[in-house]
Amino acid sequence: MGEYKKPLPIMDLDSKEFWEGCHKHELLLQKCNNCGKYHFPPGPVCPECFSLDLKWTKTSGKGIVYTFTVVRRALGPDWESDVPYVVGVIELSEGVRMVSNVVGCKPEEVKIGMPVVVIFDDVTDTISLPKFRPAG
Amino acid sequence: MSGLKDTCAIVGVGETRFGTIPGVTDFGLTVEASKKAIEDAGLSSGDIDGLLSQQLYHDTVMWYTNWIGQRMGLKLKYTTDIDLGGATPVAMVQHAVMAINAGLCTNVLCVYGESSRSWRPTQAMMARGRIWGKGMGEFEHPFGYVAPMHGYAMACQRHMYEYGTTSRQLGAIAVACRKHASMNENAQQRKPITIDDYLNSPIFCEPFRLLDICQVTDGAAAVIVTSADRARNMKKKPVYISGMGSYHPGYNIGWAPSMTITGAKISGEMAYRMAGITPQDIDIAEIYDCFTYTVLVTLEDYGFCKKGEGGPFVENGRIEIGGELPVNTHGGLLSQGHIDGMNHITEAVKQLRGECGIRQVKDAEIAIVSGNGGCFSTHTTLILRR
Repeated sequence: MGEYKKPLPIMDLDSKEFWEGCHKHELLLQKCNNCGKYHFPPGPVCPECFSLDLKWTKTSGKGIVYTFTVVRRALGPDWESDVPYVVGVIELSEGVRMVSNVVGCKPEEVKIGMPVVVIFDDVTDTISLPKFRPAG
Repeated sequence: MSGLKDTCAIVGVGETRFGTIPGVTDFGLTVEASKKAIEDAGLSSGDIDGLLSQQLYHDTVMWYTNWIGQRMGLKLKYTTDIDLGGATPVAMVQHAVMAINAGLCTNVLCVYGESSRSWRPTQAMMARGRIWGKGMGEFEHPFGYVAPMHGYAMACQRHMYEYGTTSRQLGAIAVACRKHASMNENAQQRKPITIDDYLNSPIFCEPFRLLDICQVTDGAAAVIVTSADRARNMKKKPVYISGMGSYHPGYNIGWAPSMTITGAKISGEMAYRMAGITPQDIDIAEIYDCFTYTVLVTLEDYGFCKKGEGGPFVENGRIEIGGELPVNTHGGLLSQGHIDGMNHITEAVKQLRGECGIRQVKDAEIAIVSGNGGCFSTHTTLILRR
């Protein structure tokens, strides 16, 4: 694989399982065994109820675009060849939100509320970034 | 906290020139603003026993404030870095009030200076961002969300979706700030702009254009806080600290509870309660304006209009000097310069003292000042009165 120059996620033990899931093309989130809520970003405690009883759970990978921006001016050389690109906040069916990219359509076609589904971009041999494309 | 109302005052302010100032370090700028503030208060450096500052965005020094305090030769009983991004300068004043009331110190210098313009912070900030770990380095930067403008743009887009806010309304904020900067000799961008100039400026990240984005600036600003008892016998008329509030909804906008209600709501309510006033009593508002949208949503959350009505509120000159609620009378971060909001505090004090010349708001008695850090991550509020 060619050299990947853009920033890679800086992970630690709290998020290792999330990125290992992405590598296997599975979107895993921690679900709280106490209150039943999912949370993101990964961590050792449920931010809803402060329980430590968490379970990594495979999600549907489905969600909607909660909001987004079309980046038209690259900030730094890493992004020159990408503009225009869409950064979005995706609200997953499991109720949590995450920052990602909306891909697989023109930037002009992205709308708030649009249903999307996860895809995985294998940017290096070990890192796959979860991105979202229009559902259906 | 109402017990601390009017127990302390700002008695000195200092500002360097803002703009491109090559050949001076951030510390050099910090010293200049500090010296001016100390002289403005009629004090000497030996009178300063408290110092509050903030880590630089483009450089990291452990215990930064301690480091600059020693190099200024200050004998400090109370010092620490405050680390709340753009909410920090207002928080410095709040910490000064608390420390003075606790008896830890008497005269506190709150100062922030940076040479971001000459040191090209965007690249350096991004480099630092890569060691920021989870918050940004892990879950934002890999997706090309590499600067604050991307997060604020997404929040703004959500506000437009929920309430129909328009680009033209965002532009009214940029126009007002530039108009005020044109009346301020110490502003980085002084050439007046029209709404068409705004609408014709290039889009960086939708819906933000160039003119939605604040200036990157070299400069420094400082204030001296002391007890109200001491303040009454000092060189300048005291500006009392009547209200304080803070609320910090969370680190990343991506999983923030809301993008259209910010920490300003609870922080503002705390400050009004402490001061015993309502939004109708405010004469001027110095609102943290890293981006135009930040002003619009903060005005809503501070109760100057209903939620969702910030767009119409900022139109038709209402927030310009001469309007119903003059906002960012110095030009703000958008046009005067990004001194992290320390310049909002110095401007409020100068307005309340009546020192602002052609941009003076007539009979200004009460000002509200906001601080906002991260991407609506942290929020702090001051209510000042003369």
